[in-house]
Amino acid sequence: MGEFAIGQGVPRFEDPRLVRGGGRYVDDVALPRMAYGYVLRSPHAHARIRSIDTGKAKAAPGVLAVLTGSDWEAAGWRDLPVPGGMKRRDGSPSYKPRFPALVKDRVRWVGDYVAFVVGETLHQAADAAELIEIDYEPLPAVTATANAAVPGAPLVWDDCPGNVCFARFEGDKTATDAAFARADHIVKHRFVINRVTAATMEPRGAVGDYNVADGRYTLYAVLQRAQGYRAELAQVLGVPESMVRVVAGDVGGSFGMKSAIFNENPLTLLASKLIGRPVKWTGTRSEAFLGDAQGRDNVTDAELALDKDGNFLGLRVKSLVNAGAYLQPGMPAFTGNLGTLAGVYKTPASHVDVTVVFSNTNPMRPYRGNGRPEAAYVIERMVDLAADELGLDPYELRRLNMIPPEAMPFKTSVTFTYDCGEFEKSMDIALKMADVNSFEKRRAAARKRGKLRGIGLSFTIERAAAGGFEGAEIRFDRSGTVTLVSGSHSQGQGHETVFKQLVCDRLGLDPNEVYYLQGDTDQVFFGEGTGGSRSATMAGSAFHLASEKIVVKATQIAAHLLKLEAADINFADGIFSSAKTNQTLTIQEVARAAADPSKLPKDMEAGLVSNAVFDTDTQNFPNGCHICEVEIDEDTGEVEIVDYNVVDDVGTVLNPLLLHGQIDGGIAQGLGQVLMEDIRFDADGQLLTGSFMDYAMPRARNTPAFHVESNPVPTKTNPLGTKGAGEAGCVGAMPAVANALVDALSVLGVKHVEMPATPERIWRSIQEARAG
Amino acid sequence: MSLEETLAIELTVNGERVESTVPVRQHLVDFLRTELGLTGSHIGCEHGICGACSVRVDGAVVRGCLMLAVQADGAEVVTIEGLTDSGEIADLQEMFVERNALQCGYCTPGMLITAAELFDIGLPASRENIREFLSGNFCRCTGYHAIVDAVEATLKQRLSR
Repeated sequence: MGEFAIGQGVPRFEDPRLVRGGGRYVDDVALPRMAYGYVLRSPHAHARIRSIDTGKAKAAPGVLAVLTGSDWEAAGWRDLPVPGGMKRRDGSPSYKPRFPALVKDRVRWVGDYVAFVVGETLHQAADAAELIEIDYEPLPAVTATANAAVPGAPLVWDDCPGNVCFARFEGDKTATDAAFARADHIVKHRFVINRVTAATMEPRGAVGDYNVADGRYTLYAVLQRAQGYRAELAQVLGVPESMVRVVAGDVGGSFGMKSAIFNENPLTLLASKLIGRPVKWTGTRSEAFLGDAQGRDNVTDAELALDKDGNFLGLRVKSLVNAGAYLQPGMPAFTGNLGTLAGVYKTPASHVDVTVVFSNTNPMRPYRGNGRPEAAYVIERMVDLAADELGLDPYELRRLNMIPPEAMPFKTSVTFTYDCGEFEKSMDIALKMADVNSFEKRRAAARKRGKLRGIGLSFTIERAAAGGFEGAEIRFDRSGTVTLVSGSHSQGQGHETVFKQLVCDRLGLDPNEVYYLQGDTDQVFFGEGTGGSRSATMAGSAFHLASEKIVVKATQIAAHLLKLEAADINFADGIFSSAKTNQTLTIQEVARAAADPSKLPKDMEAGLVSNAVFDTDTQNFPNGCHICEVEIDEDTGEVEIVDYNVVDDVGTVLNPLLLHGQIDGGIAQGLGQVLMEDIRFDADGQLLTGSFMDYAMPRARNTPAFHVESNPVPTKTNPLGTKGAGEAGCVGAMPAVANALVDALSVLGVKHVEMPATPERIWRSIQEARAG
Repeated sequence: MSLEETLAIELTVNGERVESTVPVRQHLVDFLRTELGLTGSHIGCEHGICGACSVRVDGAVVRGCLMLAVQADGAEVVTIEGLTDSGEIADLQEMFVERNALQCGYCTPGMLITAAELFDIGLPASRENIREFLSGNFCRCTGYHAIVDAVEATLKQRLSR
């Protein structure tokens, strides 16, 4: 089955359906007698609710239910999940805010959940929501990260002093202080990493369907982890998990944002239970800006200590991270991913000190990288800043400090122990690809055209597939065709294709006879889901294990049928054979026999079905070198990315076509943040970037062609040798693009440009540099 | 129940005559999706910026979220389902698959309909032209590289015929 073998750029099995408009997204779900829900959101960033009068709304045409915080409370359902277990600076437990699906007496961000109106039509529900009378008493709000921790700042939670949710420390403070004490050079910089939003093309949505006959709840949802959603919902509803079914079809992008349940999920279920009909809620784009969890947003002070030759001695990082108004699942992982700060360098001592604060803004969640791109940005900008300050070549400074392959496994001074990687080799390939040697000629030529040309390199590494488990199942039916059931869930990555490749390659199956199933908790036996660049490693390994189980059992059956010992049987390309006979059996013949107990060895269970759980406490470390070239229009500050080269190491490449797509998409999101994307609030906490008119995202004209090559160094931490690929592009892109911008402007003496480097911001920095 | 103001409309959708009574404030894309079950047109922003709801009305690509269903009275509407059935963009669809020019697939129908218009206009097949022409359609997954590849390859294939 060479055509579908691992490593082939097999086009996706998902795509013929999707290019014909045959996707099945949550808003495509239509159930009989379905009603429509509308969320009434807070117009204030911070306010006390004095009273809510729903009388007029309830009497409005077509209205079936109006739910407020009191109704939520009366239902007796629990709060949405809030992570705990972290600690504050003084060792006391992290602050754990309440998170009801509808608030009752206080709103904490523009977009907070005040009421849920259900009508015969969406229009009627939305009309009725306007009739709800709410008496708000506005309170002072705080939105900017740097302001949230200032003494006297408005408190988001009255009993949470200083707005501090928790703090986290990594590394060795004493060793780091000692390293700084003996340093020849100390390079310092403050970075403001702005807030962005996932802006998935498919807005969030849900359909809740309570079955009064059997008391079971079904939720059609957008998600990354069906089983996780079910567990969270069951907790909120206070019912056994078996009484909740979660179903997801195609998901139109997530990037971390859809990774845990949102308030609308239990609200549609509660409304469905109350009115005895299915209830659909579909978010608008405006609601996506107001209601979606957002990402990044921190202020980070970094210091790098070097000796006179440029060897890194120590790294000190202090970061203030914005949690938004509530603490969301996955958010604390941000601090866990700070290990990325160590980069690919030998730096012997580091200390990281992170404080997470509340503010009157959208809650925060993982967004493609979840701490990795932020950390990569900081360390790789610091290396360039150090090179500039010490008058060293930035590539050679990296080379000097890089961890060599022979030092693996290498325990870094922040959190992680890398198992493998060839950093210098990957960088050398990238330097050649990007023709770095003749860059100065290109810079000079651009100058003649009135353009400032710059080149920027990043070498980043991040943790992927951070432990845990994942389930996979292979079901042969009695005809010999196959269903694959995965615990992971694709939001566009192409899981179906890669897992079919893996299984078809091993078992010699025709992918056209294989059906792929995901995202239905009634079908998936065990699953953790997708996130943190884990699925190729975790679900892929689970399918690998499940395939091996199939081979073992099918070999026993084949041996029985051929009247031989299992040890005499060979299996290759879907055929069982033996040197001791001319007879052969296909795996389909064996599967058909497996469905007939009379054809099986005594005591063998009928059926050719296997499920497997891949369980690991290891992780892997994808890494890569990005080189970006930009040209800046000196008069307008407009940036064009003119060349982009990547050499990645995501271990064994399962499908280069899909890998390219993952890297490209990640780069686009990374460059989007560095160049244009920005969530902004005004001083009162009103969202200023509430539509695609205000929130800029890369369009086809803003992105270049991406040249992507691989230098795979397979990891031994999983049976496939893969490392995560989903976040790598974004991680590498933020620093590479930023370094290129600064390099372009360096002829004017510019040392740094904050993100997003909009034309205005660049133009201003050019003017300031000229003014001296 | 409903006090919605409605109007009767008659139009052609994907070659078939359709008569319906629609709320006057219903958008064309909502009508296509909910009344006709043509869910291939997707709603991404409802303010005309993202292009996911693009459909063809009387030969021109329009935003299904910026046009009311009643405005389509008497019009000829073609959606991704109709374009698929007619085979007009079969080569482009195949090329999108071959180049992996989609990931989540949400923007894809709008992207394909827009690219089909590019073919009709007959601009020179430069990557710059393609990028400019597709810049009214957001894609959050691919970074556009593979989309531009697919459109360029299809254009070249057509020109060489």
